[in-house]
Amino acid sequence: MTVTSVGLGGRAAAGGTARRTRLFREAGLAYLLLLPALAAFGVFTFYPFLRNFKLMLYETPPVPGLPAHYVGLHQILPTLTSAQFTQSLVTTLVFVVLVVPISLILGLALAVAAHRRLKGIGVYRMIFSSTVVSSVAVASVVFGTLLNPVVGLLPWLGINPTPPALENSTWALPAVAVITIWQFLGLSFIIMSAGLQSVPDELLEAAQIDGAGPWTRFWRMTVPLLSPTIFFALVVSTIYAFQSFGAVDILVGYQNAANLHANVLIYEIVNTLQMENNPGAAAIMATVLFLITLGLTLLQMRFLERRVHYAN
Amino acid sequence: MAEVSFEGVTKRFGDSVAVDGLTLRIADGELLVLLGSSGCGKTTALRLVAGLEEVSEGIITIGGRVVNEVDPKDRDVAMVFQSYALYPHLSVARNIEFPLRQRGMAKEERAAKVKEAAVTLGLDTLLDRKPSQLSGGQRQRVALARAIVRDPQVFLMDEPLSNLDAALRVQTRADIVALQSRLSTTTLYVTHDQVEAMTMGDRIAVMSHGVLQQVAAPEDLYAQPANTFVAGFLGSPGMNLLPGKVAHGPEGDVAVEVSGGSVPLPPALRAAAAGAAEVVLGLRPESLRLDPVGPLQAEVTIVELLGAETHVICATPDGSRVIVRQPPQAAKPAPGDQVHIALDPDPAALHLFDAVSTQRIAGP
Amino acid sequence: MPRHSRRLRRAGSYAALTLGAIVVLAPIYFTIVNSLLPSDQLAHQPPPLFPTDPQWHDYSEAWTSGHLGRYMATSAIMTITIVVAQLVTSTLAAYAFAFLRFPFKRTLFLLCLATLMIPFEVTFITNLDTVSSLGWFNTYQGLAVPFLATGFGIFLLRQAFLQIPKDLLEAARLDGYGHWRFMVRVAVPLARPSLAALGVFSFLAAWNQYLWPLVATGGTSPLDTVQIGLKQLLGTSAQNIPIALAGAVIAFVPLVVLLLIFQKQLVRSLTAGAVK
Repeated sequence: MTVTSVGLGGRAAAGGTARRTRLFREAGLAYLLLLPALAAFGVFTFYPFLRNFKLMLYETPPVPGLPAHYVGLHQILPTLTSAQFTQSLVTTLVFVVLVVPISLILGLALAVAAHRRLKGIGVYRMIFSSTVVSSVAVASVVFGTLLNPVVGLLPWLGINPTPPALENSTWALPAVAVITIWQFLGLSFIIMSAGLQSVPDELLEAAQIDGAGPWTRFWRMTVPLLSPTIFFALVVSTIYAFQSFGAVDILVGYQNAANLHANVLIYEIVNTLQMENNPGAAAIMATVLFLITLGLTLLQMRFLERRVHYAN
Repeated sequence: MAEVSFEGVTKRFGDSVAVDGLTLRIADGELLVLLGSSGCGKTTALRLVAGLEEVSEGIITIGGRVVNEVDPKDRDVAMVFQSYALYPHLSVARNIEFPLRQRGMAKEERAAKVKEAAVTLGLDTLLDRKPSQLSGGQRQRVALARAIVRDPQVFLMDEPLSNLDAALRVQTRADIVALQSRLSTTTLYVTHDQVEAMTMGDRIAVMSHGVLQQVAAPEDLYAQPANTFVAGFLGSPGMNLLPGKVAHGPEGDVAVEVSGGSVPLPPALRAAAAGAAEVVLGLRPESLRLDPVGPLQAEVTIVELLGAETHVICATPDGSRVIVRQPPQAAKPAPGDQVHIALDPDPAALHLFDAVSTQRIAGP
Repeated sequence: MPRHSRRLRRAGSYAALTLGAIVVLAPIYFTIVNSLLPSDQLAHQPPPLFPTDPQWHDYSEAWTSGHLGRYMATSAIMTITIVVAQLVTSTLAAYAFAFLRFPFKRTLFLLCLATLMIPFEVTFITNLDTVSSLGWFNTYQGLAVPFLATGFGIFLLRQAFLQIPKDLLEAARLDGYGHWRFMVRVAVPLARPSLAALGVFSFLAAWNQYLWPLVATGGTSPLDTVQIGLKQLLGTSAQNIPIALAGAVIAFVPLVVLLLIFQKQLVRSLTAGAVK
């Protein structure tokens, strides 16, 4: 009887065949248990992923009713260099740059402020995490109204852009960015808070005794020790920003997105798929998105390896 | 002068009292050990001196200056934490250098001091490593180096040896004592290990439940414990404590009647014992021996052979435990044997405590 | 530091915290207030801080003529289906990975984790085709079916199962337990905290989804979820703004209650990848 194999259900019997049967049964059970999940993945994750590569090779003509025809790799370059796609990519990058740093800084600031042993701090922490349960739709409705030129807060604050914020080509994207920042704030706070809690109190006490004031402690102790968490939040928020869609859809709408420089990547993909009816081009753009996400995730995993050297 | 003093210091956490009316003075250059089991308030007292906790009542002074309202960084104290609290993202050299940078010292001077501290603690080959690459003992030395590099008025040490293995502990114990002696820095040292306390302290302050039980030099603490707690805490194995009553004999002799027999009191204690009714008799295992004509009768429960000595653990009729320490060559009884126990004739071997107040009943 | 300076610092902390809380809560507060305003007060400058004449009917209207009741029902059905499915598939798969020996174990596990790297925005294109060709476009099944399994859930539950001491497994074996009984009687109860964390996380993710319900039901549909419903609600004239806001509040509040009850579990699942 091997030490490593701890099987249930089989009776210990003499002879190698009995053991082989038991292992056989165990494997059978395992595959049975895995079947539901693997089937679901197969049909709805892996198959679509692979089919994407096939879709990339077919072009659907803009004339409705005509079938797609095989063009091989020839569709890829034109799609990627098309004005529409490049503008979308640039817009998305601007969006990411707007959303990510501010989200992280605000999340960190709130987490630091709430990392005290004060009375009633639990209430504050609850409030700061609350936006994590908000959906894109809720946030859009809330902020859509806030930014409404007639009933919103902006006129009171003296801000009266013409055309109104959400129909304004300069301000539409920043407006959507604000919505996304607010929505992501809860998660940013939760992640940063968890990170702060992993910085041992004793280290900060030692630094205090060694003569470091609050600012020094923050910049020389907390932030370096928090860097894995900050990096994680960076990757998560960047992926999140790249995948934003709902706010643009609800508040800006089909017709306007491109004109208002708010056509982020997903938006472009959905648009290409549904409005232009060109799954091939959509698949190409989706692949670009996949590569970006993959790159970011791999970056995070590489950094994770280095982190192991730190805390020990 | 770097004396440290507690004057009526109390520290409350919500409803519970961690330190209760502590009054204690530590002389300049002294190594005072705060000894007690966990939860007795010793670490809290240390942190109060460091300034990591605020005093609820009372005054703490360092070097004659009241420091209640002074920030930790301005108190000129250095602390060695139980977990060492080394900065994981800094090298050993930078860890040691850290307190000096905060004081705005010039670069060359810093380097010189770091070198000095590193050499003193045998760390000069490890200066570029990170804490995670060091062994437990090495980390401990880095923590010490970081403390001494500033040449502070006071060292605060919170159970610095408890994370080391036994052999390393013995060696490091001696090293710390030598270091402290050389630097003559006032040191407050917290531990629960009485062996550490006895071997390292100039004086020991024993605490229990936030209250100071007794403060004295190790020998005095051992020879004349002020109450039953201190008596039972020090010594390995601890002092045997037997409840009993004072009985007056016909010829003016006084004895203590305990379960298992009657132990006569030496003349010096007779007068003091007269007033007491319920008492606790304290007898250290090393001052007892098995003797057929001894006053105490008991049954052997276990015999522990330790090589250099033997512990005979007995039980008196009411179940009280009495441990007798025998030299290895003495005849060993077997479990279940009925034995008689005799006392060392030296009057100092007999300790008497009031059963109610737990305080020592002392002779003139 | 003198005592009054310490008190000042504490007051400063509270001030900063309150400021942060106001910034976070202000949009929600504004929404609630405006959902109760009569139409003539809507455009009032400065915006009123408190509804003096609360129009509660906005909420009932959102529920009925705004169809929010129907939307909530659809969301509920879809979400519960997804949560149950994910819990079941993840538990079964995680059990296999944690307690059984079989060939290709490592490869299959990596495969499950790999699904986390394939964003939904890539797979939805084909999933739409798949669902349509099955005739499930604009149906409850269509809404739920791409999300029946999750690599995250398998990862989380496998972690939890691996925490169970080997001794327990061996003791159960000596008592004659088969795998089924062990799973149901021992493993699952012991992994309850992680199951709760996964459940809360799945619920949140499913309820708040936007992209798939949008494309899987095509335009205005009786089968819209709350999220799409909100979009419909907003896309009408200014008169309906309070109703849309009421809808947003109705959509948001149950989740806040969820957060209050399950805060610990939610935080646990969200930080599962971040801090060790």
